Amino acid sequence: MIQTTQLSKKYGKAEVLNIASLEIPTGQSFGLVGNNGAGKTTYFNILLDLIRPTTGAITNHDIVVNQSEDWKNFTGSFIDESFLIGYLTPNEYFDFIGDLRGMNKADVKIFLTQFEEFFNDEILGKKKYLRDLSKGNQKKAGIVAAMMGNPQVVVLDEPFANLDPTTQIRLKKIIKQLTENREITVLVSSHDLTHVTEVCERIVVLDKGTVVKDIETSEETLEELESYFSV
Amino acid sequence: MISHFLSLEWKQFFRSASFSKSIGAKILIGFFALYFAACFLLIGIGGYWILKKQFPEQDPLVLVNSFLMYAIIGDLIFRYIMQKLPVMNIKPLLILPIQKSKIVHFILMKSSFSFFNIMGLFFYIPFSVVLIIEGYDVAGVLGWLATMILLIQSINFFNFLVNKNNTVFGGLLTLLILGYFVQYFNWFDLPGFIGQGFDAVYQSPFLVIVFLALLIGLYVINYKQLRNEVYLDALISEQTKEVKSADLSFTEKLGDLAPFIKNDLRLMWRNKRTKSSVWMVAIGLLYGLFFYPNPVYAGMEFMYVLVGIFSTGTFLINFGQFIPAWDSGYYNMLMSQNFKYERYLKSKFTIMAISVVALFVLGIPYVYFGWKVLLVHFAAMIYNVGVNTHVILYGGTFNRKKINLDEKAAFNFQGIGAVQWIIGIPLMLLPMAIFGLINWLISFEIATATIAVMGFIGIALHKKLMAAITKKYIANKYVMIHAFNQEN
Repeated sequence: MIQTTQLSKKYGKAEVLNIASLEIPTGQSFGLVGNNGAGKTTYFNILLDLIRPTTGAITNHDIVVNQSEDWKNFTGSFIDESFLIGYLTPNEYFDFIGDLRGMNKADVKIFLTQFEEFFNDEILGKKKYLRDLSKGNQKKAGIVAAMMGNPQVVVLDEPFANLDPTTQIRLKKIIKQLTENREITVLVSSHDLTHVTEVCERIVVLDKGTVVKDIETSEETLEELESYFSV
Repeated sequence: MISHFLSLEWKQFFRSASFSKSIGAKILIGFFALYFAACFLLIGIGGYWILKKQFPEQDPLVLVNSFLMYAIIGDLIFRYIMQKLPVMNIKPLLILPIQKSKIVHFILMKSSFSFFNIMGLFFYIPFSVVLIIEGYDVAGVLGWLATMILLIQSINFFNFLVNKNNTVFGGLLTLLILGYFVQYFNWFDLPGFIGQGFDAVYQSPFLVIVFLALLIGLYVINYKQLRNEVYLDALISEQTKEVKSADLSFTEKLGDLAPFIKNDLRLMWRNKRTKSSVWMVAIGLLYGLFFYPNPVYAGMEFMYVLVGIFSTGTFLINFGQFIPAWDSGYYNMLMSQNFKYERYLKSKFTIMAISVVALFVLGIPYVYFGWKVLLVHFAAMIYNVGVNTHVILYGGTFNRKKINLDEKAAFNFQGIGAVQWIIGIPLMLLPMAIFGLINWLISFEIATATIAVMGFIGIALHKKLMAAITKKYIANKYVMIHAFNQEN
């Protein structure tokens, strides 16, 4: 369960985020939608304790994220390319993350076999550094790294951007599988309304830092969202 | 059109990452440029009389000419390492309605005015003026000067044709060494022979035409080659190098530090910025050779400390001063990973400590300059491990500048803030002062022992110091994340 209470973030006088209360139950696939500057990435950054909130706090499985670091044990995330180490090959990067997440080389290898289809033969065993991969392939590596070490919470910022259509479909399948047993909470943000409505059972729309819609996904959700954003 | 290009250039220069940085770095760059210019200028003005005094029976101009071969080859080698045609800049222009030929002419013309071409003039022009004042034939001197300028420009364009071709580079090096040896053993005076060619220019200035033709020829070849290659899959493509992985399994012995140490080793081998720092380490190790053979410093024992600290700690300083900025590119990721910060810092400490010991071992040949030197170096090594590693790690908490690993190190001041200037004081001057004082008041042995004991105290307090440093890093976490997200 991820609880947000009285959360706000101000830069000078400008308030970029203000969420009075938001509860994400364990096992939910949660989607965050909003235009540029709506506060999606800010929210994720606060959740990962990369920036400090001005007021309020986020509690991740009973741990206040800016008071203890224990949430790191069970939270995997990928925000952008700055989460990759450019001078490593993908294999070395997975080994590194695996090491930090308590997996040995063999564990990492077994873990990666699940994603062979997702990688589409473009990531593993290639003699290329991460910095030389295309944006889409970088993203693939980052997303998979976020799922290493059996996390209970997976945070993905714009995971669909830059991916090719086949990989988008495969990613949707992976996210659905993750939340199947209702043990892993997945937080996704996206600009693509079709993708989030397909993947997420709950969608929250942010606008200028505040929650304007909180929808249980249903048949009509996509239409509702489209009409909201077409103004 | 040209004015557009020029305004782009202007903005590129003043808005570049390497320019818009702290005022201190700006002053330093300015100082370097002035220093070099002044050196060349002084040699240019004084050169005539110096040569006249050293070799009274020879004509200074002929002497200079006979050394030009070395100057030319040296220039080419220097450019080979440092200078590259900045073709990537033109990428955004390709899709605009500008003729490609114009773009190509522009980048070629622009290269004519580069730093490398200007520096030489600071020598040649004053030297020529002195020649004229000394009563040399005006037309001859002007012809000679024009030849030099044309030659510099030709070298400029020749370098682009060579374009990092290793065979040519090898050839140049061989020529340089060969030229020296055939001259040294009096078989054939190759540099002198080439010098006679330049003498001839002075005798008959119209020969300048030959060099003009050479320059035009090289320019045209450059132009033709470039014009055909302004495509994204040709010249303007970013080359990706194939990965060469080294087996780093030996690091596994270091237990839970291994992943970080492996990373740091890869960081050093695989990035431009760090790779070129390797040269700095070599220079640092050989630093003593500037001092020890020189009789002026023979009696100054406190210099041993400076050399000792510097030569065993050159890697420590080069690498340590940018902790944790080396990891600034992915600092976000590290901060959301599951590990104790102390483990991260410990790995940096281990790398630095190992390097200090390794550099001491490599520096053992300094014993040639006396056992005292080696003894002081040994004490300096312990001081480096015990004190300086901690000082520099602590200094790292003040780092607020991002480092872009893909840029080369020479004249790159990215990531440098006030810390890098101030940290030198405790690092080098403090042990030097302590040693100097005790050596003067008591004895050499006690002074050396004091330095070593200080190091041992640092090692003994290692755990406590690391805990305190770690606390400081954690306290600064958000400020650093924020700073590392900013492009300078």
